[in-house]
Amino acid sequence: MANIKRSPWLLHYDGSSCNGCDIEVLAALTPVYDAERLGVVNTGDPMQADIFLITGGINEQNKEVVKQIYDQMPRPKVVVAVGVCACTGGVFKDCYNILGGADTVIPVDIYVPGCAARPQAIIDGVVQAVGLFQQRLDEHHAQMKKEA
Amino acid sequence: MGKRSVIPYGPQHPVLPEPVHIDLVIEDERVIEAIPSIGFIHRGLESLVDKRDFNQMTYIAERTCGICSFQHGMGYCEAVEHIMGVEVPDRAKFLRTLWAETSRMHSHLLWLGLLADGFGFENLFYQCWRVREKVLDIQEMTAGGRLIFSVNKIGGVLKDVTDDQFKFILKTMDEVEAELKVIQGTFFEDYSVLSRLKGVGVLTAEQINALGAVGPFARASGVNVDMRKLGYAAYPHIDFEPITSNDGDCYARCYVRLMEIYQSIDIIRQVIAKMPAESDLSVAVKGNPDGEYFMRVEQPRGEAFYYVKGNGTPNLERMRIRTPTFANIPGLCEMLKNTELADIGLLILTIDPCISCTER
Repeated sequence: MANIKRSPWLLHYDGSSCNGCDIEVLAALTPVYDAERLGVVNTGDPMQADIFLITGGINEQNKEVVKQIYDQMPRPKVVVAVGVCACTGGVFKDCYNILGGADTVIPVDIYVPGCAARPQAIIDGVVQAVGLFQQRLDEHHAQMKKEA
Repeated sequence: MGKRSVIPYGPQHPVLPEPVHIDLVIEDERVIEAIPSIGFIHRGLESLVDKRDFNQMTYIAERTCGICSFQHGMGYCEAVEHIMGVEVPDRAKFLRTLWAETSRMHSHLLWLGLLADGFGFENLFYQCWRVREKVLDIQEMTAGGRLIFSVNKIGGVLKDVTDDQFKFILKTMDEVEAELKVIQGTFFEDYSVLSRLKGVGVLTAEQINALGAVGPFARASGVNVDMRKLGYAAYPHIDFEPITSNDGDCYARCYVRLMEIYQSIDIIRQVIAKMPAESDLSVAVKGNPDGEYFMRVEQPRGEAFYYVKGNGTPNLERMRIRTPTFANIPGLCEMLKNTELADIGLLILTIDPCISCTER
């Protein structure tokens, strides 16, 4: 955590979750758990987001929406799959409309298990995402310097 | 007459914690028509009856929605219990009532927070959610989970609550009541809050009846519907009156939900005072369900019903859930007509939408 220089912004999108994980994501940002002390801020705009928290599995209708949100985010970006549904499809894996976890349409970097994922686990995932984001940013800058 | 344009609202939107898409037909700043399209969270969990037996379906039913998870499980279990003619022990009924009311409390506190966030009062949002954590602590301590705690089973409940835990619950109820009194002042008296809520999105009792709205949304317009009065679980032993208001605006919906938190506190105190002595928590269930039943329960968002049909095999033939938000969407679309574009987010929030329930 000592090497954090930036303040990455979070974007949350509810794939097809049951709401449990979404509410825990919000709870993780409120004063009792306070993920914002790590420098992250919740935003509603994909264009300004660095870390993408996705809850719930992928279904036929939200497939395009998730892809679009991911493409709208500026590089570098980190994706965190929150909850077991976003990881693998969870209890709904056998439902006819569920294609699987978030990694069926976008690359996922960090998997947070749990049904519903606890705020502590979400914060742990966010801490790892913040570290990974910093690492990718450094690589991105080195690449840009090389090209220039 | 101004120029008409269509503004797509959602599915990903800062105000909405869940994806719902509404096409707003706008004339200048005024909404002429709202056309919803849903299906972004559709999983098709009702179809799992083919693959899971009726006991396993309890856990699927609980995951219809993460907020009113317990009440979904309870509704499903009571429906199957009716089909199989199972009489649940009294203590289990009272415990179900206890958890049902804690669910209602945390759901309403959550909604109050989201409402505050909806009109841009972030501090109030955080205050509501801080109080909500105390209710979640009760659920975690007694049932072992914060939101989805799976204590229901067909024939009773899985966990008992000890006397020490009851003392803790009563102490927490006092704390929540005291803190809610402070928050209440801001919701009911603050000038800027009132200017956003008073007289916005008015629906009359006739409109509510015609559109079939349920729950606090209907009660805020003076329609006295509360499924708890039908007397499932331990509600026949509890003394309470549904809270209604006659204004039918956003302020009335806020008032009804906030007062229902106090009512839940009162019900929990009654439940603990009347709790039967320790006994078995569940009865053994033999055989498979054969028959059909409609179960209606009052969830934080209103009436939900469960239709369960069994055919004597472990797999049910059909399970159908009709959720309160689904019943409230026609009311929402009526309410959105002739409102300002800036109020749309707030108006969608005031029906307390739970899209995950609705689309299942």
